[in-house]
Amino acid sequence: MIHQYKLSGYSIVLDIGSGSVHAVSDLAYDAIALLDSGMSSAQTEDELLPKYTKTGASHEEIRECLSEIEELIDEGKLFSDSDYEPLADELKERSRGIVKALCLHIAHTCNLNCSYCFASQGNYKGKRELMSFETGKRALDFLIENSGSRRNLEVDFFGGEPLMNFEVMKQLVAYARSIEDEHGKNFRFTLTTNGILIDDGVIDFANREMSNVVLSLDGRREVHDRFRIDMKGRGSWDRIVPKFQKMVEARADKEYYMRGTFTHLNTDFVKDIETMLELGFTELSLEPVVCDKDDPLALSEEDKAIVLQQYEELAELMIKRRREGRPFTFYHYMIDLDEGPCIYKRISGCGAGTEYMAVTPSGDLFPCHQFVGEENFKLGDIWQGVVNTALQNEFATCNVYARPECADCWAKFYCSGGCAANAFHASGSILGSYEYGCDIFRKRIECAIMLEVSRFEDEEAQE
Amino acid sequence: MKNIKTLNNKTLCESAKNGGCGECQTSCGIANQQCENKDN
Repeated sequence: MIHQYKLSGYSIVLDIGSGSVHAVSDLAYDAIALLDSGMSSAQTEDELLPKYTKTGASHEEIRECLSEIEELIDEGKLFSDSDYEPLADELKERSRGIVKALCLHIAHTCNLNCSYCFASQGNYKGKRELMSFETGKRALDFLIENSGSRRNLEVDFFGGEPLMNFEVMKQLVAYARSIEDEHGKNFRFTLTTNGILIDDGVIDFANREMSNVVLSLDGRREVHDRFRIDMKGRGSWDRIVPKFQKMVEARADKEYYMRGTFTHLNTDFVKDIETMLELGFTELSLEPVVCDKDDPLALSEEDKAIVLQQYEELAELMIKRRREGRPFTFYHYMIDLDEGPCIYKRISGCGAGTEYMAVTPSGDLFPCHQFVGEENFKLGDIWQGVVNTALQNEFATCNVYARPECADCWAKFYCSGGCAANAFHASGSILGSYEYGCDIFRKRIECAIMLEVSRFEDEEAQE
Repeated sequence: MKNIKTLNNKTLCESAKNGGCGECQTSCGIANQQCENKDN
């Protein structure tokens, strides 16, 4: 299977089976399309002759192009086979029972009252509560006990607003650091925060212990303050932006990213990206809102064309700023074509419900943070472990080959079958698909690869 | 090649040889990840 597209003046051919990315001339682009339609090499040559001899190409040049294509086919980098399905089961068996990442919900409460919050303003449709140190400690022990030979363990401090339980967070990090060497583990902590409680103590602690921090900001003040309000209905932008700026400056070269949400009311989200850049932030992410499709904030079918166009505009902005020496990153456009994930990872997905789980303040286990509060998705708890093995087995089958809709999709080895929570909310099944999200994902990958082609071409031009 | 420039050298098939160690970060995107296996 191949995928061809033109974007920002570049002609690109992706070979899905091998993962090869080719930047091609117009002649090669047309030749590959004809071969893909079932034409022989000779028929393709005959078809191309009238069009390209008009533009000054010689018969010899057309033959040379076809011979380049043949060479790539012989190398397995074009029209290649891609039967990796046996690897999906192999990996599942190899990692059965292994847990390597926990999302610790240390606070099911929040000091903001954001109307679009997927977590129901932080309490996940349940009671407001904070995780105790004892429960958190047991969660870390559970992780170590079930991590097998995995060395790198991840713990995300999540909520609600995790800084509302900052003392316990500090105690848990200290506990993890005190036991990681004896178990041969390396804990990587992350923090997701709305920023209200950031102070010098939080900044020092986060810069020392957090491998990454996720800072919630929606962009323009009026966009952010429309939803991200406190209990008195006041916007939070003016309070958090200076704190975020101070934190980001203090982090120097440590990782962070701004994480915003866009809705039906701001489909022109590139303006929000531009606002973040003006504020001095350069590691950016803006995500479509997660909500019921009947919600007034949900992206509509009419919005889709606008959103896809915005992603292209964003890519153009990134090229422009890179060439000006003012680059920034957009998380969905970060792609490493040479050192990216192996095929096992690409077909097995995010690991929700198997190697990654969410822990509630009372110690219950759920497949991921987006399933917390859905009682049917409770896997067990940190004392007994996973008791709902039937549910876990269902999540274990969540791979790129589990969804018939993915079979003919060119992006399947980039998305791995998509998000189980999105699929569940869109179709009622974790093995369903969320077509709207698929369209957005495919556009983002097209843009991400085009940006790599753009960088590659610019570097070649300078040599 | 005059008409085609290939941006990446390693194919997905080659990535299977030392793949599947499970040490890479969990994701919530696969494409954005980096392999953390020094042998791969």
